[in-house]
Amino acid sequence: MILKANLKYNICWLILMVAGFYLMNALILVGVIDSFLENMVVTIGINIILAVGLNLVIGFAGQFSLGHAGFMAVGAYATAIMISKTPTAGAFYLSIIVGVIVAIIAALIVGFPTLRLRGDYLAIATMGAAEIIRIIINNLKITNGPSGMFNIPQFATWPVVYIMVCVTTIIIVNFIHSRGGRAALAVREDEIAAESMGINVFKWKLAAFVLGAATAAVAGSMQASYLQTIAPSNFNIMESIAILIIVVLGGVGSITGTFVAATILGVVDAALQNFGALRMVIYALVLILIMIFKPSGIMGSKELSFKRLFNRKNKKVGAKS
Amino acid sequence: MTTLFQQLINGLSLGSIYALLALGYTMVYGIIKLINFAHGDIYMLGAFWGYYTINFWHFNFIFALLSAMLVCAVAGVVIEYFAYRPLRHAPRITALITAIGVSYFLENGMSYLYGADTRDFPQVIKQVNFNLWGVRVSNIQILILVTACLLMILLQLIIKKTKMGRAMRAVSVDPDAAELVGININRTISFTFALGSSMAGAAGVLIGLYYNSIDPLMGMTPGIKAFVAAVVGGIGSVPGASLGGFLIGLLETAVQSVGLSAYKDAAVYLVLIIILLVLPSGIFGKNVKEKV
Amino acid sequence: MTTLLNVEDLVKNFGGLTAVSDVDMHLNDDELVALIGPNGAGKTTLFNLLTGVIVPSSGSITFRSNDGLIPLNGMKTYKIANLGMGRTFQNIRLFKELTVLDNVLIAMTANYKEGFLQSVFRSPKFYKTEARIRQDAIELLKIFGLQDDVDQLAKNLPYGIQRRLEIVRSLAMKPKILFLDEPAAGMNPEETADLTRLIRQVQRDFHITVLLIEHDMSLVMNLASRIYVLDHGSLLAEGTPTEIQQNDAVIKAYLGEEA
Repeated sequence: MILKANLKYNICWLILMVAGFYLMNALILVGVIDSFLENMVVTIGINIILAVGLNLVIGFAGQFSLGHAGFMAVGAYATAIMISKTPTAGAFYLSIIVGVIVAIIAALIVGFPTLRLRGDYLAIATMGAAEIIRIIINNLKITNGPSGMFNIPQFATWPVVYIMVCVTTIIIVNFIHSRGGRAALAVREDEIAAESMGINVFKWKLAAFVLGAATAAVAGSMQASYLQTIAPSNFNIMESIAILIIVVLGGVGSITGTFVAATILGVVDAALQNFGALRMVIYALVLILIMIFKPSGIMGSKELSFKRLFNRKNKKVGAKS
Repeated sequence: MTTLFQQLINGLSLGSIYALLALGYTMVYGIIKLINFAHGDIYMLGAFWGYYTINFWHFNFIFALLSAMLVCAVAGVVIEYFAYRPLRHAPRITALITAIGVSYFLENGMSYLYGADTRDFPQVIKQVNFNLWGVRVSNIQILILVTACLLMILLQLIIKKTKMGRAMRAVSVDPDAAELVGININRTISFTFALGSSMAGAAGVLIGLYYNSIDPLMGMTPGIKAFVAAVVGGIGSVPGASLGGFLIGLLETAVQSVGLSAYKDAAVYLVLIIILLVLPSGIFGKNVKEKV
Repeated sequence: MTTLLNVEDLVKNFGGLTAVSDVDMHLNDDELVALIGPNGAGKTTLFNLLTGVIVPSSGSITFRSNDGLIPLNGMKTYKIANLGMGRTFQNIRLFKELTVLDNVLIAMTANYKEGFLQSVFRSPKFYKTEARIRQDAIELLKIFGLQDDVDQLAKNLPYGIQRRLEIVRSLAMKPKILFLDEPAAGMNPEETADLTRLIRQVQRDFHITVLLIEHDMSLVMNLASRIYVLDHGSLLAEGTPTEIQQNDAVIKAYLGEEA
């Protein structure tokens, strides 16, 4: 019974994902989406992967991390280095896994000491840790130092990025709605109460942080292989802040909001492409105004849910009969 | 030994700039718990004000410094009024994003209006180097140190001895209780922004004089470093911010002098993390435990 | 009757202040004990010591589990909780932005397993586990008449119901000992009477030991089989409700000022 009910919702999500894929495919075939728009869509996709992961850490586990770009850099360089040496699809997929593993190790090293800190202190410590990662990459030979890496083979085409967006989102959303996710929510709500309910607060903080870092590494791999060029300066504090902006704009604690915000910002960014220096001025004003008039973000903490949609419909039917 | 003293002088000069900036962060954070990301850009405004007034209105140093402080104070108050005040009761992360928006606005607005290129800061005071027992000290370094120390003492006096300073301390401890005893919260917060921003304005003019070059993005990195300094000193604590500023300045010069300049920022962040692990609220910060 | 929790010479100093000094106490299987004392006597501090929220300065706390005696001094809060000690808080600490059901499910975290891959890829076993624990949680909520509020956010519940939910949440941990910190605080007489029935029912049906901090004397005298009186951090008296009511020292220190 439970299995069957859930199957219905899962099929809805699957249809949505497949439909999105074919819509994109059709639009490219007809020529509505040219290479400029494709680039926009892929950038939005990569930002979604990043922001969904950061939303898990900030919005659901309640840990204010400002170091997301550091873990993204780990994935990006893992992929760039590996597929520059062996430009095969196999090496590309292996490099994603390697990036994820290295990012997990980095997140454990960073998270283990810093996750004892609270609020803004945690934010500034994780920001510092991410900068340390970037500075190390900046000074290594294998990463080609500050000038970065060029001509990275392109394996991350738009369908690959699309599938990765789906996979990472499914993993994170499913994690949130499981034992671990609930424990993380309890940590966000009240650490002392959570601890008194037998929840190992530190362990679940670290778990959320590590999972967020792992997906950031996937986004990094996508970026390196799609844009084919990366430099350490792509992964500085401003990049971490750009991801944070998506999370807050969409609504802290709303994955749906993250999708909406990443899309809006991506489209606005592309639309303002020809405005030159004025572009960032407008962007800044839009940001300030949205925050003043919608302080809890576009979606607040609301989510799109087929379950709720069905239940609402059922209630209406029930009321009639 | 002489190199040690040489680095000490260089570190203190740089540190006093960080300290002046850190004061603004710490005061604003202390009173409304906001990381004012736009603070580094106020410092940029101060530097540009100094650049224009000295070049076109032929201001002397003192006049340029004081007018930059005044202009930045006004800028700080205006920003608080329009961007932060509407969000005083919003989630803190929202106010933080707004501050980032203001920072982008100032940086890119300046680039748009005046161009993004780097320009030479006018040498309003001719640099003279003194040689004290083998240590090279410039009159500008001394000027920076003395000005910074004077301003910090002045600030400390304002906070400890004046009525407004008392109001600032009261609001930072408990805004609701402060309002109950008749303190005008809005005016106190405006005053805090004015004070902090004027310190940033002074730092902007001083750094222009010291490094000779300014550009619209010059506030980003020192802004973040100064915030780190404020956190290291214990955010909310005025002596802590000064101490943190000098510490970060000294650390940077020390790392640079041993030939690891590529890692100087990494060293700053590493020290930050280590200090926070030992003292989770910085050197002078109060560690408040939650009551169960 | 066996001793479940044994406390010897427990001391807690905060700087120069001694909040709890040389407290000896024990809790037996399946009994309801009250801890009373004037404001500032150190009752909540004692609770925090027993549940590991704060670490004792000296003395010992021993818990008898199925595997023998376990010293609790310095053990992490969540480990103590998982040994079988549930609690509520003086100033309600529910997970406010979460639903009633989630509040209860979270307390059950230690009582079931879900592998990471199992949860993120939704194996059939995952759905089965979820269905089972949800069923358990709802059944528990039913006993306390909260089945209609399952999807409500905890913060939207009325005050009395929040107190009740906090008790349900701690019961979901399947505790052996339940620590209730002023459960009747802020309640009217009717609600207090309700609560008294509820606590008695919990203690009887779940066969657990309850230690209760309370100011409401009618509730304490009604419920407790034994009472500890704490004053200025040390134990003033111990005994049955009748003994305590007749104890001169207690009357002087505590009841005297109210009478």
